[in-house]
Amino acid sequence: MKSLQELKEIREAKAGQVNIRFNPDNAEEAVKTYVLVCGGTGCTSNHSWEIMDELKKLIAAAGKKDEIQIIQTGCQGLCAKGPILVVHPGNVFYQEVTPEMVDQIFNEHIIGGRPVEEFLMVEELTNGEKIHYVDSAFYNNQMRMALRNCGRIDPEDIDEYIARDGYMALNKALNEMTPDDVIKEVVDSGLRGRGGGGFPTGKKWMFASANRGEVQKFVACNADEGDPGAFMDRSILEGDPHSVLEAMAIAGYAIGANQGYIYVRAEYPIAVDRLKIALDQARDYGVLGKNIFGSGFDFDIDLRLGAGAFVCGEETALMTSIEGNRGEPRPRPPFPAVKGLFAQPTVLNNVETYANIPQIILNGAGWFNQYGTETSKGTKVFALGGKINNTGLVEVPMGTTLREVVEEIGGGVPHGKKFKAAQTGGPSGGCIPAKSYDVPIDYESLKEIGSMMGSGGMIVLDEDNCMVDIAKFYLGFTVSESCGKCTPCRIGTRRMLEILEKISEGRGEIEDLDRLYDLAKYIQANALCGLGQTAPNPILSTLEHFRDEYEAHIVEKRCPAGVCKALLNYVIDPDKCKGCTKCARNCPVQAISGEVKQPHVIDSGKCIKCGACMENCAFGAISRK
Amino acid sequence: MKVSSVPFSGTKEQEARLLEVIAKYKDMKGALMPIMQEAQDIYGYLPYQVQKIISDETGIPIEKIYGVATFYAQFSMEPKGKYTVAVCLGTACYVKGSGAILEEVEKVLGIPDGSCTADGKFSIETCRCVGACGLAPVMIVAGDVYGKLKPEDVEGILAKYE
Repeated sequence: MKSLQELKEIREAKAGQVNIRFNPDNAEEAVKTYVLVCGGTGCTSNHSWEIMDELKKLIAAAGKKDEIQIIQTGCQGLCAKGPILVVHPGNVFYQEVTPEMVDQIFNEHIIGGRPVEEFLMVEELTNGEKIHYVDSAFYNNQMRMALRNCGRIDPEDIDEYIARDGYMALNKALNEMTPDDVIKEVVDSGLRGRGGGGFPTGKKWMFASANRGEVQKFVACNADEGDPGAFMDRSILEGDPHSVLEAMAIAGYAIGANQGYIYVRAEYPIAVDRLKIALDQARDYGVLGKNIFGSGFDFDIDLRLGAGAFVCGEETALMTSIEGNRGEPRPRPPFPAVKGLFAQPTVLNNVETYANIPQIILNGAGWFNQYGTETSKGTKVFALGGKINNTGLVEVPMGTTLREVVEEIGGGVPHGKKFKAAQTGGPSGGCIPAKSYDVPIDYESLKEIGSMMGSGGMIVLDEDNCMVDIAKFYLGFTVSESCGKCTPCRIGTRRMLEILEKISEGRGEIEDLDRLYDLAKYIQANALCGLGQTAPNPILSTLEHFRDEYEAHIVEKRCPAGVCKALLNYVIDPDKCKGCTKCARNCPVQAISGEVKQPHVIDSGKCIKCGACMENCAFGAISRK
Repeated sequence: MKVSSVPFSGTKEQEARLLEVIAKYKDMKGALMPIMQEAQDIYGYLPYQVQKIISDETGIPIEKIYGVATFYAQFSMEPKGKYTVAVCLGTACYVKGSGAILEEVEKVLGIPDGSCTADGKFSIETCRCVGACGLAPVMIVAGDVYGKLKPEDVEGILAKYE
């Protein structure tokens, strides 16, 4: 148990170690050399722990334990170039570090003081000029609020969080503000739910705040990040777990709840471990538990693991799951703020939403709402993935255009391919076509063009991606994840998927497009929960923006992107074919015939479209049409 | 109820551990899922016999336990192979060709997704986003993550597991 005074002393004592990572110019503040090794899921999958082990060995052997400190951080953002290692002072980034490179970095840079040029993380501009990572658009065009500590502090050390004013917002709320003041601050900030819905957070808290002290209430955190291709919440939990714990305690004070629950995906083992460590440390310091900061307010948090059901990201299903049941949604109203977990009033927010709260309380609503657009305040974190150079985690002010995110921060589409669309909102969202490249990213603008903000997954598609196939992919997901409780979703999504399969296999009729549309509209209007209501979105948005692709599949029996197997034909260009017979020998079904040194021919009736011939042709004579 | 064709081979020691787990969660609200998660850690899967123990000890009807077990993808009523091969079919992996990786795994092991090889060595499953999107397409073999895969890498990787 620590007093407020003790926490302030920890903050002072740690400041020298931590500030240098945020203000690299103040190099004189550094009392040691700090080596930050990324321990997010991406870099850990790339064996970043081997780098840590190697460094530890070298430091011990050189007897430099007191001068050099290794810090394992959460996600640093540029997952595509992982594992990432950063050296302070100097803010020098190394990319794709292997254990073999560590020796040289240690001797030349950490001991010798000269960065190893050949390993430095550089970005090549379109004009061929190479710039250091810290000067690149990826780094400079971002604005980090929810991710402010991610990748810079040790998430397993509460003192590092405290050095960043950690738990000072909770102290301010408890000792300087009434619960209504807290709610007013959050309302005024304009913060809206970052899980996708965009409901004003302060309003949600207000609804749940009635009858404080008279009924049991709960605060819950939705960390069931199920959108495939999204890892924002995971990164926050792995990189800065205390920000979420602090925010939940603040929410508890605001609505009058003493118990919180975090529902986190079991597929995120690192996040779960760090949350457990953070909870233990927070209880040990008394920032969770009884009589926090001597205010008389009690609050504690329990962890609950999901078990692999996408629908549990829907708020009512999530609560049903915490209660120990099949995670089926319940009709709303009653809303969770009235009757939620264990039938008590409950506030449920997403991880990223919570991560913004401590700073709103500390810096005030006016500080927060100066960023963003008229209706969408603050920033949004996106997980960039798919056909993009800088796969990773980025945070931008609301209102930034899609073009800026993809082209500048994301470094554009690889291999000189053309940007075709960006998919946001996952299975609930839609595709933003190239013609809307300059759309500002905010809740309303994305909705207007048939997509949605979603939780932050952003998958970039290029000319090689087939939009019918993408719609089919998401519908396949929804069909397998539909909980089966309501008919429109259980049967309707299955029927939509069947129509899409029919189209992609070349059996489609033009009337199918109307059938798809009508069914989609019906499901949207009649499904019980968000999963079903939004399931048609991937179809509706691709139908709207890429109808010509659907028509090509149906009318011309052709897949323009060359993805839908049943519609592909492999053909041999007789001018390029040398008659080497390699293709014929590699064909598993003997569909290729021809004389030696004469052009060969593929029998499309026999061909199973495996592509073995094309892979084996040394002359590039075989193409897929 | 679906009863696995593989004979149940739970030990007394495993049962003792399960009883400890149940005792630990006895008074907690909504304890069923945590109990089932730890039970699956102990036995590797959740066959009828294990569900029955949970039901007898907690008083929760077996049909409710079965309902929860079949609802969540994480719970399995079939034993898994010594090594689980999980191919990520999240969007980022899918658009970078994880479908072809899955086909290759199925081809190399000669079994379809969701099943186990006859010698009990490998089982295949698909997962939705492990969050290593920077490495797409990704496959996880017995907890080891392999990224930026091409179909031709699969055979060599699986050969490493004996």
